[in-house]
Amino acid sequence: MVDVEKIRADFPILHQQVYNNPLVYLDNAATTQKPEVVINAVRDYYLTVNSNIHRSVHYLGQQATLAFEESRQLVREFIHARHQHEIIFTKGATESINLVAGSFGRQFVREGDEIVISAMEHHANIVPWQLMCAERGANLRIIPFHPNGELMMDAYRELLNDNTRLVAVTHVSNALGTINPVKDVIALAHGRGIPVLVDGAQAVPHMKVDVMELDCEFYCFSAHKMYGPMGVGILYGKEEWLNKLPPYQSGGEMIRNVTFEKSTFGDLPFKFEAGTPNVADILGFRATLLYLNTIGMNRIAAYEEELMKHALDRLRAIPQVRLVGDSPHRAGVISFLIEGIHPYDAGTVLDKMGFAVRTGHHCAQPVMDIYGIPGTVRISLGLYNTREELNAFTDALNRVIEMFR
Amino acid sequence: MSIQEIENQIVSEFEQFEDWLDRYNYLIEMGRTLPMIDPKYKTDSYLISGCQSRVWLYAHHEDNKLYFTADSDAVITKGIISLLIRVLNGQSTEDIIQAPLGFVDEIGLKEHLSPTRANGLVSMIKQIKLYALAYQTKNKQRNDPSHEQHG
Repeated sequence: MVDVEKIRADFPILHQQVYNNPLVYLDNAATTQKPEVVINAVRDYYLTVNSNIHRSVHYLGQQATLAFEESRQLVREFIHARHQHEIIFTKGATESINLVAGSFGRQFVREGDEIVISAMEHHANIVPWQLMCAERGANLRIIPFHPNGELMMDAYRELLNDNTRLVAVTHVSNALGTINPVKDVIALAHGRGIPVLVDGAQAVPHMKVDVMELDCEFYCFSAHKMYGPMGVGILYGKEEWLNKLPPYQSGGEMIRNVTFEKSTFGDLPFKFEAGTPNVADILGFRATLLYLNTIGMNRIAAYEEELMKHALDRLRAIPQVRLVGDSPHRAGVISFLIEGIHPYDAGTVLDKMGFAVRTGHHCAQPVMDIYGIPGTVRISLGLYNTREELNAFTDALNRVIEMFR
Repeated sequence: MSIQEIENQIVSEFEQFEDWLDRYNYLIEMGRTLPMIDPKYKTDSYLISGCQSRVWLYAHHEDNKLYFTADSDAVITKGIISLLIRVLNGQSTEDIIQAPLGFVDEIGLKEHLSPTRANGLVSMIKQIKLYALAYQTKNKQRNDPSHEQHG
């Protein structure tokens, strides 16, 4: 089992008071806190090996390059990709999706083609496809979901046709917490030879993800939502597909030969990594992965599952609380409304009590429109949250309800 | 009373509260007494869109003075609006344009003015000042026939 007190000691930021109350951080789906080993890794990079990678013949450059490529290797192992060059560093999941939307669109999408996404996507997995479709004269098709927050798989099956070029779907909904049956989503698409992109930003922090087992063509996530630094994202792509896509951005690092007549591009993964990457934070991410490996993703998942169950039990015991999205397959996130209290009011008062929660539409406006609500209160759990914090939270909720009565 | 006098009055009212809880309770109470906007103005044309709570604001003009009614879907936002309206209702357009509205900060509600708060309050103050400016410009044009000729 996870020793949560020991883990909390690794996260310096958690041990503070806000407005004279102990901080209870329940906004992990927005970003997670960073363990000291990660903060130190970023600092150590600048203190000891800072230099540009891949092109330097000098000692520091080689040290930095080795560590950088070792990070890539660790990412490969962490999500169980086949090849190291299938791991592309980006600045976040958003950029990873933009990369695929841009490059895939240019290469494969023609007028009248269709891209399928779900109605519960984060804006980051809607807008890049929307823009690309508008540019290419293609259409965006939407998989609806049931009121409990589960995808309508029958409707999905019917959406797939000969014009479908790609399916892009979230692994875990950031607004509802639903874990989607992505394996089935992928298998159905593959039945028609359609590639699938999975937005894994809200999944990777909470469970063991195996991209070879999922068999998706693309998988995207962000380091900062899994205890790593900000400004680092991952795009996993199957070698075959990454080779088929044209470059996304161009510049240094990604080329083989440049003349004024023509440039040829480097091999994977460099073809998609134009310019100097965020080496410091990528090395910080290496420390993150080592940290998570030491605890073990399966143990983290088991601990969080228990925590989630406890949170749901406590919330369900409050008669004024209405859960928004209630799938039994849930990770990380609980969204809810409090009868008669605007989420903004609840969030404002909870903040004063020391609780960091999210209120609003969580960058998933279509989800809110479907429920006909302006937003929700959202709590999202991390591996350092405790049962005691959740007890304090639900006690605070009862005080909020009293206040606005 | 002048804007500054009403602001001072609000500041001293809030000084009697020892902690944030009482301040917010008072705000919530204020929010409930907010002069309700006529439902016919509660439409998108009068909506000031913040990210999280919505605010509807209607202004009208009498003798170079402005009057406001408003509503919001969030009670704390309504409370803050009611304070703003108490300060600015019936004031001249010139005074409204000039008002620094320091009281929001002084009564410990500064965080509601941060742009990241996205509660529509910043946009609301901006909108109120824009109304005032628009009325002022219109008035000047009416009172100064040469204005139109010289642009």
